Amino acid sequence: MKKDKLIISKKKFNSRLIVGTGKYKSMNECAKAIKISEADIVTVAVRRVNITDKKKPLLMDYIDPKKITYLPNTAGCFNSEEALRTLRLAREIGGWKLVKLEVLGDKKNLFPEMIETLKSTEILTKEGFKVMVYCNDDPLMAKRLENVGAAAIMPLAAPIGSGLGILNKINIQIIRNQTKLPLIIDAGLGQASDATIAMELGCDGVLVNTAIAKAKKPFEMAKAFKNAVIAGRQSFLSGRIEKKIMGSASSPKKGII
Amino acid sequence: MQKKIKIKINGKLKKIDGKTKLSDLVKNLKVSLKNVAIELNREIVDKKKLNKIILKANDRIEIVHFIGGG
Repeated sequence: MKKDKLIISKKKFNSRLIVGTGKYKSMNECAKAIKISEADIVTVAVRRVNITDKKKPLLMDYIDPKKITYLPNTAGCFNSEEALRTLRLAREIGGWKLVKLEVLGDKKNLFPEMIETLKSTEILTKEGFKVMVYCNDDPLMAKRLENVGAAAIMPLAAPIGSGLGILNKINIQIIRNQTKLPLIIDAGLGQASDATIAMELGCDGVLVNTAIAKAKKPFEMAKAFKNAVIAGRQSFLSGRIEKKIMGSASSPKKGII
Repeated sequence: MQKKIKIKINGKLKKIDGKTKLSDLVKNLKVSLKNVAIELNREIVDKKKLNKIILKANDRIEIVHFIGGG
């Protein structure tokens, strides 16, 4: 398994678990959970600097961008214009080109607005960004994203923060079979086994935030997700047995008394 | 005395001296230029050229950085 790395836009990562940095009780808790998860990539948001209170803890003081890849995300953007603005600012902060595009279309279910997402992917790619795209579990739209240059396809398992797990395994499999791009399940996972299922479906990685940050024991859950992703990947690479309707005995008949 | 002008920084209204340089404003706010991006009227500003920008009335400045997010 040592050489089995996650490769996104020619960059290699040891871990197939990407974690979010939101929703934690404190920056300390966030940093510790990330350390335990052994994730190499973390998603981050672009927001206004607090100009009145300088004592607020800073993300970069807790998570070193030299050691962990920051993946700027456009969470909270509801149209192409906002998303482009956010990622151009992210690039300006420190040269980030690998980004996660997330254009939402509905404030309640947080489903992606795919027309705006597609438009933004094309523009950002032309500007030199490597765009990992949060999208619906729709194989046709995934194909279109690939055609305009997406760096990774990131379909949702279920609505963001819902914890429902993968709702449409068939669609995820269809997307897996049609693309060689990194396929990363983003959003909606609730427990470690959901990550294992994603990996067993052949996904290249998973992105988890709420399921770890809001677990009763975030550190233990971070570890569980780490192990679940490894287990799922190993299981996928090992070639599962065929499913059969009838039983098949594990012990030989020969020598039976 | 320099005439005061009104600007908006990170959504907050602020009165500053007319002809204030953007570099001086940032310095007065004690914002570290490391790991931030600055926008003036929706255009990204080159952080090396802040001392060449003289603020005008109704300018809108945004200073952003990374925070925790999903």
